[in-house]
Amino acid sequence: MKRKTFIPYLLVSPYVVHFIVFVAFPVIFSIFLTFHDWNIIAPMRYVGLSNYIRLFNDTIFIKSLLNTLIFLAIHIPLQIISALVIAEILNQNIKLRGFFRATFFMPVIVSGVVVTILWQQLYGFETGLLNRVFIQLGFGKVGWLTDPSIAMPSIALMATWKNVGLYIVLFLVGLQTVPAHYYEAADLEGANHFQKFIKITLPLINPTIFMVVILSTIGGFSLFIEPYVMTGGGPLNSTISAMLYIYKQGFFYYHMGYAATLGFFFALLILTVIMIQKRYVEKDR
Amino acid sequence: MRKALFYIILIMISLLFIYPFYWMVIASLTPENELSSLTFLPSYFTLSSYIQMFDKIPIIRSFFNSLFVALSVTTGVLIFGSMVGYALSRLNFKGKKLIFYLIIFTMTLPFQITLIPQYIIIVKFGWVDSYYALIIPYLMNTLAIIMFRQYFKSIPQDLIDAARIDGCSELRIIFRILWPNSIPAIVTIAILTFMATWNEVLWPLIVIRDEHLMTMPQLVTLFAVGGRAESQLGVKLASAVLLALPIIICYLFLQKYFIQSMVSTGLKE
Repeated sequence: MKRKTFIPYLLVSPYVVHFIVFVAFPVIFSIFLTFHDWNIIAPMRYVGLSNYIRLFNDTIFIKSLLNTLIFLAIHIPLQIISALVIAEILNQNIKLRGFFRATFFMPVIVSGVVVTILWQQLYGFETGLLNRVFIQLGFGKVGWLTDPSIAMPSIALMATWKNVGLYIVLFLVGLQTVPAHYYEAADLEGANHFQKFIKITLPLINPTIFMVVILSTIGGFSLFIEPYVMTGGGPLNSTISAMLYIYKQGFFYYHMGYAATLGFFFALLILTVIMIQKRYVEKDR
Repeated sequence: MRKALFYIILIMISLLFIYPFYWMVIASLTPENELSSLTFLPSYFTLSSYIQMFDKIPIIRSFFNSLFVALSVTTGVLIFGSMVGYALSRLNFKGKKLIFYLIIFTMTLPFQITLIPQYIIIVKFGWVDSYYALIIPYLMNTLAIIMFRQYFKSIPQDLIDAARIDGCSELRIIFRILWPNSIPAIVTIAILTFMATWNEVLWPLIVIRDEHLMTMPQLVTLFAVGGRAESQLGVKLASAVLLALPIIICYLFLQKYFIQSMVSTGLKE
């Protein structure tokens, strides 16, 4: 029986090693780096708080945070409303539900790079499909990716197209937990479809809505490949996301200390936002 | 009557999802000079976009790189995940609580904080431009550990006790007794891990610079961003089609499992 006592440790040891090397050490080292200036090759130089001072005066970084915020402010409501409406329709005893669900889900499984390359063409100014349709309909051309005030909303729209399938399915699961007799009771009272949706469905799937908000917030904060491929952060830095800016500082300019400071600050910001959202959910229950 | 309206809405929305994919595939087979007016079919099909792309980038090589990396990571995640999941769900030992807290800590930690230091570790280990950089950091996955732990909890203890009486080692119990009884969990974790690894771009962009070691999404990204596609749209689209193809083929066969897997992680959060 003596042999047994070390077996659990043997089983979890790969995890512990991995945790120390790829989680614990990086977190500590990241904090250490925020007080230094380093390009990996030259010796590290202690710079005190100057990375933090630089961060708060860095207009591009602040712009990138605002851009991320704009993205979330458009993406989350758009995503919830469209997913909810489509899920509600699919929940009406529709034939071929499996086919529709699988179709809406397709962009979810495909790499973001594919979706971005495809939409870059759809958004093209001269011969992009969307502008061709707009011209046919008698509207003017839209600078989907070239107009600084439209570029970020365009990316948010594309991200919604990519992810909405997942949220449709999540809402479908949520809708199916609503007991049928609630609706039957409402029918007896003569409630119409819209009333039933507002009074019965919405309150009961509240937990799913909050989950969707948290999931898309996390996803939105990681926004990187879409602006990287589509716009490179332009025009006029209007689509540079925080993640893209950190990437540029770290792996383009090799400002490791500063990039680590940005990453550290951004991570704290993400945790705060998620924390507030979760607190709000718990209170609501 | 209302039903009919619903069907019309659904069909219109599905077109919004199907048509762009259809257009992408057709466009990759269309001569470059017809692309700007292509809506449904070109005047003739051509493979020239594909031929040019094969000429410019080692896309086949990158496919095998991606496949190798994704399979290695998936195998590792399944093996290590079930080992830790088993220890946490079925064995008692000092520090078990601590391990559990470490896992929760890791799961809540935004990756933005560890990205830069992890890159520095890879540099110091001399793993830049090697498969190690793509595989080893991903071998352990906390979500997989938690999913295995949950699933193993639902398996009757009698099964494990009987195996112990027969003199089975703990590893044998995990892989011979628990695994055959955990197929749904294994399928879910395998699909999620494989897909996430296959589609990952940011990390490869950071640690791989040698074109012959690049993963497929990375190579396609750099091809689309860099000047080598020479703003030839068809060539870019051809590389995007090839990148999407393997996952879509898997999806056509395992569609139900893909959707279930993704939903189960959504519900876990």
